[in-house]
Amino acid sequence: MTTDLGFWTLQTLNALQLSMLLFLLSVGLTVIFGLMHFVNLAHGALYALGAYFAASLAAVGGYWMGFFLAPVAVAGVGVLLYSGLIQRMRKSGPMAQVLVTFGLIFVLLDLTRIVWGDLAQAIELPALLDGRLAFLGIEYPIYRLLIIALGAAIFAALSLVLSRTQIGAMIRAGVDNDAMAACMGINVERLFFIVFCVGCALAGLAGAVAAPLLSVTPDMGLQILIPTLIVIVIGGLGSLRGAIAGSLIYGFVQTFGAVMAPQLASVLIYALLAAVLVIKPVGLFPAKG
Amino acid sequence: MKRTIMAALGLATGFGMPAAAEDIKVGLLLPFSGVYAALGNEIEAGFTLGLEKFGAEGNATFEVVSEDTEVKPPVALGKAKKLILQDEADVIVGIVSSGVLGAVRDVVHSAGVPLIVANAGNDEATGEACSPFITRMSFSNGQVNRPMGKWMYDQGIRKVYTLAPDYAAGHQMIDAFATTFTAAGGEIVGQDFTPFQKTQDFGPYLTQAKSSGADAVYVFYAGGEAISFVKQYDSFGLKSELPLYGSGFLTSPLYVNAEGPAAEGVITALHYVPTIESAANAEFVAAFKAKTDRIPSEFAVQGYDAARALVEATKTGANDRASLANALRLVSFEGPRGQLSIDPATNNIVQPIYVYETVAGADGLTQKVLAQLPAEADPVNGCKMEPPVAN
Repeated sequence: MTTDLGFWTLQTLNALQLSMLLFLLSVGLTVIFGLMHFVNLAHGALYALGAYFAASLAAVGGYWMGFFLAPVAVAGVGVLLYSGLIQRMRKSGPMAQVLVTFGLIFVLLDLTRIVWGDLAQAIELPALLDGRLAFLGIEYPIYRLLIIALGAAIFAALSLVLSRTQIGAMIRAGVDNDAMAACMGINVERLFFIVFCVGCALAGLAGAVAAPLLSVTPDMGLQILIPTLIVIVIGGLGSLRGAIAGSLIYGFVQTFGAVMAPQLASVLIYALLAAVLVIKPVGLFPAKG
Repeated sequence: MKRTIMAALGLATGFGMPAAAEDIKVGLLLPFSGVYAALGNEIEAGFTLGLEKFGAEGNATFEVVSEDTEVKPPVALGKAKKLILQDEADVIVGIVSSGVLGAVRDVVHSAGVPLIVANAGNDEATGEACSPFITRMSFSNGQVNRPMGKWMYDQGIRKVYTLAPDYAAGHQMIDAFATTFTAAGGEIVGQDFTPFQKTQDFGPYLTQAKSSGADAVYVFYAGGEAISFVKQYDSFGLKSELPLYGSGFLTSPLYVNAEGPAAEGVITALHYVPTIESAANAEFVAAFKAKTDRIPSEFAVQGYDAARALVEATKTGANDRASLANALRLVSFEGPRGQLSIDPATNNIVQPIYVYETVAGADGLTQKVLAQLPAEADPVNGCKMEPPVAN
């Protein structure tokens, strides 16, 4: 342990970076749940798909092509999933939905193995993002700063859309009371569809962003699923504020836990999860209603 | 399908085919799905190549039955029982995960079926849990890392920070290194064990290591974690001020290209690298490349040598479970890795260890061998068994 200020600045940035990566993933999952009362466990698999699409596209047309097109491609997969499966499952109760989307994880996992093989995929960063930036007496990788900025930008954009635009008002109405919203003339089904696609695109974006940082392997979706669910349970299902709060809590507990109590690093977050479930079972910032 | 096989078998027995050669039934027990699927496929490719190359040398024929462990101990246990009881395999080859090895150990031991371990490296398997029926043709966790302690000290490194995933193999690898490094006079200035397969971000640990005042970092990571670790280590710019050393799985040829330039300059130790200069290795690399269009990794050579060991055992006339188990313990040959033998006291392989640096080559990353450290038998670690019967 050190009292050096630079050390703690670095660790804070590490925590923020992890938080933002998880935020990109959990926000899609939580908004889909808030609006549709639909738990999509296959969200992690979509994240893995995003990483694979990004790696393949980057190999063809450079990093930025992967970065911009992977979310679109994953949203495309989302459209197929929605029209082929999710739409039919809308009324069938949470247990059936959980089972179907859980099964979907393994279907998508094996599909990625069949298409891309078992070996890890490589993705190179462009030279512009590969270096480090010196500030406040420390040096930090530019790419990690970009992830932090991207997460903050997505959060700002989403909260603006949700609180200031007409479609945001419609989504909020749908989350609060979908039957009443439908009576007011809002096409709730179409709204669901749009939100689902945006959620999938965000999962794809998270995958594309994580790919150069982590390893692109078939099981990456499974590994990220548990942290994402923890974020959502701590933050509260269905709300944007919950997703950002849960992500920040997860990121900071994980990072500073690893620094200050390394023996407890893997337990701390689960202990916190249990505490939240006992004290406030709906999470810290649940959606209204 | 089954009916055709049965019919064919019926015909064959009906016509009273001459029993030309000993037929050895091999159960190949590997993960073909799950996190270690890539390793399972690599070992299988090496094993198949080994049987093709050496199979004709003896007078036995081999029939291979493959089963997928899914890297799940209970599944693997079921599959091992199937191979032993239903297929009546004469010998089982494979096992990638040490957890799986622990699960099947008792059933192969009590059934008296020889098991050639083609990967799983936990020290106990050839230590206190050793068995005259289990021979290991791969490596032990301690063996790969032990020689690095003295070697790094001799390079002038005095203070080391270690990192590894928090599970049995991580602890065994790091402990073996730390023991010899401190015995040589070095100092471990910090140690972290990261949650196994739950760590996405190594940033917090890397920042710790950087501020620890160490001369170098020594790590063990494998597979996806190795890729993330090496890339993140480089992205923090640590490589120039704090050189990265480790167990050679960190930069295995199987996935070093996914690590890219971040892996350049990393120095690690392993029992095999594809750039070892010897006729046996050149031949193996060429044959493997022709078959799979890939450079072989340490996993491929483990499969290849497991096949060779089996053939060597049959050459002594061994043809059933008991005689094969005994003959496997006496196997010794010169392969791509150099001179190999089985230590009869533990049934673990005795082999040289190679220190190598990952460097940029003509097409992608390649391995530059810095030193070949002499083969040493593992300590007995509480292994008690009867010596093999000489033939």
